[in-house]
Parts: sequence; structure tokens; C-alpha cells
Amino acid sequence: MYDALIGPFTEFEFMRRALAAVIALSLAGAPIGVFLMLRRMSLVGDAMAHAILPGAAIGFLLSGLNLFAMTAGGLIAGFAVAILAGVVARSTGLKEDASLATFYLASLALGVTIVSIKGTNIDLLHVLFGNILAMDDQTLLVVAFNATVTLLVLAVIYRPLVIESVDPLFLRTVSRAGGPAHLAFLALVVINLVNGFQALGTLLAVGLMIMPAGIARFWSRDLTAMISIAVIAAGVSGYAGLVLSFQTRIPSGPAIILVATAFYVVSVLFGSVGGLVRQMFPGRHLEA
Amino acid sequence: MAALGFHNVTLGYDRHPAVHHLKGEIVPGALVAVIGPNGAGKSTLLRGIVGILKPLAGSIHLGGIDQRDIAYLPQTADIDRSFPISVFDFVGTGLWRGIGLFGGIGKAARERILRAIAAVGLNGFENRPIGTLSGGQMQRVLFARVLLQDAALIVLDEPFNAIDSKTTADLLALVTRWHGEGRTVLAALHDMEMVRAHFPQTLLLARGPVAWGATAEVLTAENLMVAMRMCEAFDDSAAACADDDERSQAA
Repeated sequence: MYDALIGPFTEFEFMRRALAAVIALSLAGAPIGVFLMLRRMSLVGDAMAHAILPGAAIGFLLSGLNLFAMTAGGLIAGFAVAILAGVVARSTGLKEDASLATFYLASLALGVTIVSIKGTNIDLLHVLFGNILAMDDQTLLVVAFNATVTLLVLAVIYRPLVIESVDPLFLRTVSRAGGPAHLAFLALVVINLVNGFQALGTLLAVGLMIMPAGIARFWSRDLTAMISIAVIAAGVSGYAGLVLSFQTRIPSGPAIILVATAFYVVSVLFGSVGGLVRQMFPGRHLEA
Repeated sequence: MAALGFHNVTLGYDRHPAVHHLKGEIVPGALVAVIGPNGAGKSTLLRGIVGILKPLAGSIHLGGIDQRDIAYLPQTADIDRSFPISVFDFVGTGLWRGIGLFGGIGKAARERILRAIAAVGLNGFENRPIGTLSGGQMQRVLFARVLLQDAALIVLDEPFNAIDSKTTADLLALVTRWHGEGRTVLAALHDMEMVRAHFPQTLLLARGPVAWGATAEVLTAENLMVAMRMCEAFDDSAAACADDDERSQAA
């Protein structure tokens, strides 16, 4: 038991690094994911994740698997697409989600093209699905730094962000914090996608953000509790995914997401808030 | 000094006026009903007052208060009722002006929130998520938030729509109380009986002002007929409004 669950981490440094990275990703990404879900932006997050690819790919083209080049490229591309999609939507009347879908499909195609110009198929797999087990100290520091920044900024914009999600009109009448808070939130989304990209690749980066949020929705009606549950669900999925990956040779990124999927299925079935079993056998109705 | 001054203000969308050349003043402490047929520009006027909509022409002056000191209760409240927030927290957002981004909610503030919730008759609902409330209960919650905002100018857009008579009576009592406290209150309304019984002043709007003054003098059959005849549709081929003076006190 000890050998299976704890052994890998005491024995191998790359497993310890991976675990630290997963915890950092969970702490910052899961709260962002909860807000994405509550603001009905889950798919926006997914689209943005793909949009990061060409930027990271250009970084890769210029300087190989260099962390800073790829991170910077990803940040620039993410912000550019977020802003462009917003501009197109606002100036043409095309709905923002449709415009975003176009941008991310184009980005994905462009990114894969750029990577294959210079890299091998291994590089492509690395970019698409990440490789959390190959993390070096530098990457880990960047991930931890981004996570710290995320939590600090989230603390600052938390109140306007919540009010803007519930009642945007009210916030507009009492404060000008709504717009800046929304922009800061989008920036946090991009930062965390780039973060997830290091570990899980562009295709799965959004996984540790959205899936834990979806899980949390089935267990609580309270925002604070939802965020806590999401963080724990993300952390546990990450840990269990690493163990699974270590024991079975399933690639680490997919293993983490598969574990999260299992939690999600269990939550859909047995969740205390709107879970299917609870709906089918609600118990006798109450007195009042 | 007037609580609200309309200086030949025109409000609208896409250059089409929904409120056309409105001039006049509202004195501090007035209780004013804004009435008129659908599409008369009632909501547009209120949106202009709270600053969500910028005037196409002219201006609206708030007598010495900041735009953020207005409590506004919108009509179709763009509220995401599925968001997991409790009645207590939601009503508490009314304290924004005092606590802002980081201010803590201390014991005194908690007391105030609880008193506001009690004042609208929702004791025991503090921890309920807003998604579980009925329409009338939600309206009570919104009134509780307005209570906490403690504003000198209160703007209510059709606050009693689709609300049962008991709730209406309770909330109307709050409006009367605000009037008694010397606050300026504007409410867009449809119920003539209620306006006659509770609102000393009335602005009858049909794009332009049809009549404005003491309620009994405004609510004549003649004025109402004029308001009814107002053409609702925008004319897409309308020319730019040539004149800013002649038509100002239209009808």
C-alpha cells in the first residue's frame, strides 16, 4: 500500500516535482474554474486554451522547448485572441462564442502547423498533452509563481467579481470596478491556462480548472464551499492521476483528467445537490 | 437646489429618442410616479438618471449627490438567480458604498443587514440561496438592498410588477417610509389607483412629457388619451431633430 501510494514520491524527484506542480495548479486553477462555470464561460475557457497554442508554438519555433519563450508566447496569443474575439463580436454583431470558436479553430490549426515545421511528433505530443513528469525546477517555479499571483489578484477582485456575476447592473450603478475586475479575471484565465499548458498541454489545460468546478457544483450551494471542494477535487485528481500514471504507464496528463472524470461521474450520480440518484429517490416530501 | 434637474434631455438608442426634450426639476424629498404606456420611455428615463444610459442630447443634473449614491431597482433585474449566493450576502452588497472592495463586515454591519432583511419580512431567510426564492420574495430582497444603500435618491422601475397584493402593500409601506425620511423617490408604475392613493406627484410620459405636476391634475382622462395615442415605433427614416427649442415642452 505504502509502496503504491507514497513510495513513488519518496523515491523519485520527478514525481515530487509533478506533485508540487499539481498542487499549485489546483490551488489557483480550481477557483478560476468555479467562476468560469458560474459565469457560463466554461467553453470560453476551453477555446482560450487552444488559442494559446500558436503563441507557444512560435516560442518553440524560435528557441526550442524553452520555458520562458513558450510561456510568453502563450500569454501574448491568449490575450490577443481574447481581445480580438471581443472586438469582432462587438463590431459585427456576431455572438462572442461563435467568434471565439472561429479564432480557436484557426489557432489550433496554426499552432500544430508551426510545431510540425520544426519539431518532431514527440514535440507535438508534448505541446498538445504536456508532460508534467518532465518538469524541471525552473518550470515548477514559474507554475508556482503564476499560482501565487492568481490567488493574490483573485483576492483583490473577489468582491466585484462575485457581484458582477450575480447582478452586473447593480455593480455598474455603485462602482466602476466591474470592467477592470472582468478584465483582470480574463487575464487570470489566460495565466492559468498557460500554467496548465506546462503540465497538461493545450488540449487538457482547462481540465484541472473546469472539471473540479463541475464536481463541486454537485456537492454545495455555497460559493466558498464550492471553491474549497473544487480545490480539493483538483488536488486529489492530480495526486491519484500521478499514481495511476506511475503504476500503469498511462501518460500523466490523461491519467489526471481520467481520474477527475471518474470523480465527475460519481458526483453526477450521487451528488447531494441535484445528483441523479438523489433526484430519483428524493425521499418523502416534507411538511413545509 | 433641485434633487434632479432635466436640462432639455433626450435619451434613446441608436439616435432614436425614447425620451424627447424633457425639461424640468424634481425637488428634494419628492415622491414622484412616472407613468405612461409601454414604450413611453419610463425605463429609459430612469436608466438615464442612474447613469447607465448616456443622454443623446441635453443633460441630467443630480443635485449635489454622486451618481453612485443613487439606489436603483431595475425592472427585469438582470440577476443571475442560479449564482450560489445567500440572501444575507446578496442584501449585504447594498453596503458597497460604505465598505467597497476590502472593507470588513463587522458586527454593526451584520446587524444592519439583518434589520434590513427583517424590515422586508424575510426573517429566517438569511442563509437561503437566492435561487430558491419566489418572485415576490426576490423583490423583497431587492428592496432590502435598497434599504441598506441608504441613498438620498431612490429610483424604482416598475417595482410591483407580478407581485401579489400583500407583498405590494408591504413594499409600498417602505416607499412611504422613505418619503417620510426625506428621500427623493421616483417610481415607474402602471397602477393608476396606487398612484392616486400614494404618490403626490406624477410625470405622465409619452416620449415627451404629456403632463407633470400634482397627481390629481395630471391623471385626467384627457391627458391619458393624449399619452395613449403616442406612436410607439421608431421611424427608421426620420430626419435628424432639427430643433431644440420649439418642441421642448411638447404636447
